Amino acid sequence: MRDDVLTGGFSDAPVQSARAFRAALDALARPGRIVTLSGGAAPAPLSTAAATLLLTLCDGETPLYLAPGHDAPQVRDWVAFHIGAPIVGPGEAMFALGRWAALGRLDHYPVGTPDYPDRSATLIVELDRLAADGARLTGPGIATEARLSLPETAAFEVNRTRFPLGLDFFFTAGTALAALPRTTRVEAG
Amino acid sequence: MSAYNFAYLDEQTKRMIRRALLKAIAIPGYQVPFASREMPMPYGWGTGGVQVTAACLTPEDRLKVIDQGADDTTNAISIRKFFETTAGVETTERTGEATVIQTRHRIPEAPLGDDQILVYQVPIPEPLRFLEPRETETRRMHALEEYGLMHVKLYEDIARHGAIATSYAYPVKVEGRYVMDPSPIPKFDNPKLESAAIQLFGAGREQRIYAIPPHTRVVSLDFEDHPFVASKADHACDLCGAEQSYLDEVIVDDAGGRMFVCSDTDFCATRQAEGHRGRFSPEAAE
Repeated sequence: MRDDVLTGGFSDAPVQSARAFRAALDALARPGRIVTLSGGAAPAPLSTAAATLLLTLCDGETPLYLAPGHDAPQVRDWVAFHIGAPIVGPGEAMFALGRWAALGRLDHYPVGTPDYPDRSATLIVELDRLAADGARLTGPGIATEARLSLPETAAFEVNRTRFPLGLDFFFTAGTALAALPRTTRVEAG
Repeated sequence: MSAYNFAYLDEQTKRMIRRALLKAIAIPGYQVPFASREMPMPYGWGTGGVQVTAACLTPEDRLKVIDQGADDTTNAISIRKFFETTAGVETTERTGEATVIQTRHRIPEAPLGDDQILVYQVPIPEPLRFLEPRETETRRMHALEEYGLMHVKLYEDIARHGAIATSYAYPVKVEGRYVMDPSPIPKFDNPKLESAAIQLFGAGREQRIYAIPPHTRVVSLDFEDHPFVASKADHACDLCGAEQSYLDEVIVDDAGGRMFVCSDTDFCATRQAEGHRGRFSPEAAE
């Protein structure tokens, strides 16, 4: 087993995961806000922010889907050693990780049920860059409007129309993290 | 302190609560079920709020705990000491200096900022529970957005009392979708539910977490001809003279004597320090 599979976990899990969660909560509660997430390190192609988010939120109770490109043996080994999340297909996933194009059609992921809209997937989308420009965001968590460099807008508009069902997104690039809950209205910038 | 994991709960429990909190933020007003743990305090003393606070705290936080607005009641002091011991965080009684505020049944008078989190202790999270005791039915009513029963209840208030008599735990509709119980805060506090802060609600015994993100529309249910009124006792505070704060009525003797004081002790103390005076201010010493 390669060294980078065994390393990259938190050195002080209670404190590092607490700080990472607060950053993630802040990002999701204020769509468009870009926060910094670090502390975890996983084999390529995972970004620091994505690795840290997985360490913070996932465990043996959260089925994880690795999209093509991220579904590599060393990534599976790293997840198995540090997190223990079962690797599943998109239909059973509670979390999904990959690049935007690789994650594929969004209707393959669970969006919750009318009785339990919380039983829906959270997608972690790896981007090359994350900046406060591009698509215009409005809705809960945003005082007036925010801007975020989303990979597209149409899919997020469709996702919003399904509220209270729908998917929630985290976007990661390097150590940067932003989020888009299902409530946010997305318009092309 | 080293005898406890940071913030008392084990890491797997915190991850479970954190995942529930994120879904609660994503679906404002919807009650997310979570596997509430037994805490070293009785149900009704804020076990839900304590678990939410434990999942949110970082070592850099400054925690404030209030019970009915007061920092110096048994419940507030014991929760503050609990986190001083198990998380080693700083605590404060100043609303403006706190980053996390756990509250039982009040929202502080001072407006909260976007670097603050307000955690509510919730006894009964389901606003429809006293109208429909079956969980399967209330869950379906939320799914179908079937809230007629709640309006009937408010209408019956009007038919019987001439006005909507509900004065605390006044139901609200969040972002035009879910009807939510704001916990037993006085309806005077309802307008403050639209806030720049993140608001998280924890119900330990009932195993539910819900949330209101910042800048989210929160409307108190009412009728066109009986609009919602955020009422309070028609007095000024007898210690600081404030006319716009929520008041507690205190019986002071056996002859029916009474005084009204701000329920928010930090707000009242701050005003008194600024020189504001009320009817019963102890000025004799000067």
